[in-house]
Amino acid sequence: MTLTHSGRIPVLKKKDFESDQEVRWCPGCGDYAILAAFLKTLPTLGIPRENHAIISGIGCAARFPYYVNTYGFHTIHGRAPTIASGLKSANPDLTVWIITGDGDALSIGGNHLLHCLRRNMNVNILLFNNRIYGLTKGQYSPTSEKGKVTKSTPLGSIESPVNPLRFAMASEATFVARTMDSDLRHMSDTIRRAQRHKGVSFVEIMQNCIIFNNGTWKPVSEKKTRAETTVTLEQNKPLIFGQKLDKGLRLKGLGAEVVEFDPETPPSDLLVHDVASPSSLHAYMLTEFDYPEMPIPIGVFRQVERPTYEDSLHEQNRIAIENKGKGDLKSLLHGTNTWEVNADGEEIRNDAVDV
Amino acid sequence: MVKTVESRQSIVIRFAGDSGDGMQLTGNRFTDASALFGNDVSTFPDYPAEIRAPAGTLPGVSGFQVNFSSLDIRTPGDAPDVLVAMNPAALKVNIKDLKRGGIVIVNKDTFTGPNLKKAGYDGNPLDDASLDNYQLHSIPITTLNSNAVRDIPDLNRAFINRSCNLFALGVTFWLFDRPIDSTVKWIEQKFKKFPAVVAQNLKALKTGFYYAETAEMFPSQYVVEPAKIQPGTYREITGNEATAIGLVAASLLADTQLFYGSYPITPASDVLHHLSKYKNYNVMTFQAEDEIAAVGVTIGAAYGGLIAATGTSGPGLALKGEALGLAVMTELPMVVVNVQRGGPSTGLPTKTEQSDLLQAFFGRNGECPMVIIAPKSPIDCFHAAIDAVRIAVKYMVPVLYLSDGYLANGMEPWCLPEIEDLPKIPVTHRTDPNEYFPYIRDTETLARPWAIPGTPGLEHRIGGLEKAEITGNVSYDPDNHQKMCLIRQEKIDRVANDIEDLEIRGAEEGDVLLLTWGGTYGACLSACLQLHEEGHSVGHAHLRWLNPFPKNLEAVLRKFKTVIVPELNLGQLNMLIRARFLIDTVPFNKVKGKPFMIAEVKEKVLEVLGGGK
Repeated sequence: MTLTHSGRIPVLKKKDFESDQEVRWCPGCGDYAILAAFLKTLPTLGIPRENHAIISGIGCAARFPYYVNTYGFHTIHGRAPTIASGLKSANPDLTVWIITGDGDALSIGGNHLLHCLRRNMNVNILLFNNRIYGLTKGQYSPTSEKGKVTKSTPLGSIESPVNPLRFAMASEATFVARTMDSDLRHMSDTIRRAQRHKGVSFVEIMQNCIIFNNGTWKPVSEKKTRAETTVTLEQNKPLIFGQKLDKGLRLKGLGAEVVEFDPETPPSDLLVHDVASPSSLHAYMLTEFDYPEMPIPIGVFRQVERPTYEDSLHEQNRIAIENKGKGDLKSLLHGTNTWEVNADGEEIRNDAVDV
Repeated sequence: MVKTVESRQSIVIRFAGDSGDGMQLTGNRFTDASALFGNDVSTFPDYPAEIRAPAGTLPGVSGFQVNFSSLDIRTPGDAPDVLVAMNPAALKVNIKDLKRGGIVIVNKDTFTGPNLKKAGYDGNPLDDASLDNYQLHSIPITTLNSNAVRDIPDLNRAFINRSCNLFALGVTFWLFDRPIDSTVKWIEQKFKKFPAVVAQNLKALKTGFYYAETAEMFPSQYVVEPAKIQPGTYREITGNEATAIGLVAASLLADTQLFYGSYPITPASDVLHHLSKYKNYNVMTFQAEDEIAAVGVTIGAAYGGLIAATGTSGPGLALKGEALGLAVMTELPMVVVNVQRGGPSTGLPTKTEQSDLLQAFFGRNGECPMVIIAPKSPIDCFHAAIDAVRIAVKYMVPVLYLSDGYLANGMEPWCLPEIEDLPKIPVTHRTDPNEYFPYIRDTETLARPWAIPGTPGLEHRIGGLEKAEITGNVSYDPDNHQKMCLIRQEKIDRVANDIEDLEIRGAEEGDVLLLTWGGTYGACLSACLQLHEEGHSVGHAHLRWLNPFPKNLEAVLRKFKTVIVPELNLGQLNMLIRARFLIDTVPFNKVKGKPFMIAEVKEKVLEVLGGGK
């Protein structure tokens, strides 16, 4: 690590964030790409290394903290949002990352995710969604598609999957985004934007499990098809996609439809993206788009401002101290309702009457 | 007519009525007046789990027992001398506990057809011979109260009967010669925004008082002289409040912010309520989404360097088990308050029991030892909370704190300790990066360094996977795992260097030792001292620390021919003592949701004394 000439802000490089631990994901796992994007992004954030804390639960993704040279806590299955919430409450100056997977976040930890989002903890949640249980060797997950044949569903899964982004939206998340492991630049950009957002940030990263669910995102993740299967969300820009930028999205009733046009003259009534749209319906609608009927949206779906939990928590204490004065041991023990017994055994009531 | 006045050392009175009758309030006011009068007092509220069970039914009965005395007392008393029953159900539920010859005061107006039927009476017990063994005082409280208050301006007529409890309180104030001024002031303060309510309650209280004086229904007044109590500043305190204050005090003594994460659960919720009021002590409270989250945020706060605590009751402790394993594995300091209640499952939420001891010892996967402390009285909750924090941060371990419903809701007058007598709690967050490793250890305590996120140069990773000694890296090495399991146990064992020796009260050695833990302290010590005074060779030793045991425990046990282990469970400490020391201890168990009475403990000891020799 080197310091700038001012000596205040350290200039950090990617290797400053690499830990000495050998990375142990399966060769070809999408997690390598996510780790690379993360390590590449951290030095660009201007945050001292010691102020990062990476909290994970259980699963393949949860090994992530071991590979980053910051503070890291590999906790228990599904509970990372709780440990992260306690840590962020204790020290709001920290940049807290929650690294989780589809099983960890949406199955065993679904309740904690919901509450972490609605509280608007200023933490960054990166959900690696490979639509399978990898660490336990290949059972269906809550994001696996219906009919999915796995070790525990030899005749196909009979469950409807949950859409992580819709879950986040319904939980009142203030930053909701999607990116993919095969697009390093987009991942890095999304991680940076998530960190800059003041409030809870929820990022779904479409990730490939090469062993148990290879190609699960194939149509959208492959470079040659991506232009046709995805639409990139950009603030205040019309939703246009396609190799030749000749397709767009237009409102139709309460939904949307794909329209084709000459790229030279795009129609004027295309849907324009707004992350802070007064109604969350815009973002909700986007979360419903699924290939092959619709292109899958990539980018920031929604970003709005709301007071954070930890700021409000500390603010209440600050105001209480301002109004009542800082409490000490004497005032603590005495409370508001004491009496004295003197050497003659007489009793005298003190203070105000406690009600 | 000149009234006679009888003097008594102690009197136990129980107020009982429907859960909407205000019996807890009545009991609390009587306690306050008695404490201020100078008696030693001890209380035991006994209320149903339902917020409002159907009016007039047996499950809806709420009770509050007060023992007030001119002596130093340790329990809310065995059998009541006086029962105030506001309806037939309250009489039915409580009469069997009353001393033979005791005083029964009833609200006669409620002993009518439907109420009698709801309480399961065929006839009217006030008219038949069933109460012949008691001194029955049947007062038309509803009528008298209504006549007294009905002309108060702006009275809300719908609430006219709500002051019946204060009428009854007034009667008892006269009967036991209590001053009423503190209650008058309290009513004026409490309802100061509602003048009509103040007027109604004051009128009811005073009318009850004067009614008892003039109606000539009581042959005498009873006087319980003030107790000889040590000079000092006093307040009343319940166990839950003492637990809360103890945790705040510990944070002030440690000069480190307190964080309390909890999910509401009876009977632990009051700890959360109290702590939520201490924001100007910079206390942070976090009401989590569930029991698991409550312990999770607490671990997070401990990792962040705060004095961290979570609180729950038995079912919640079961849910916290996995996360407590994480706290043990990552060696983070925190306090886990468990206010025990009747189990298993939802069990008896508002009743007391000591049945989580083995859960505290063994209720986690793997070899997962935890330090366990149990307060012995409502006041001791304060000191035990401080002790729990002190050990947690010194040894870098989670500490389990086993309170119970009896301690939590019981109230005592508390002579406030001198602030200088409370020792500081040293807290060190490591900052030196030289030769730092996450799992290097203090040679005396085996504590690992508390290196908190935000500290430059100490970046490291921890987690639930087994740690390599010193480096803290993930390790699957067989020898390392065995070594680390032994180290985690050794840390707990070494806490024995830091805790007080076991003390023996009563006989120093001899025939019978009563070995107790937790909230049964008062009743068992009283039983021991009474028997000892009566000439029996009986001693009493009380375990405040359950894990580790005090170093002299075995020596104490071997001074007596027989060791009786009274517990409000089916023999949990008894099992541990037998397993550890191969001593043929005698269990004495009760699981009725109620505390021990002194008399039943004495009876057990006498049975053992009589049978053994």
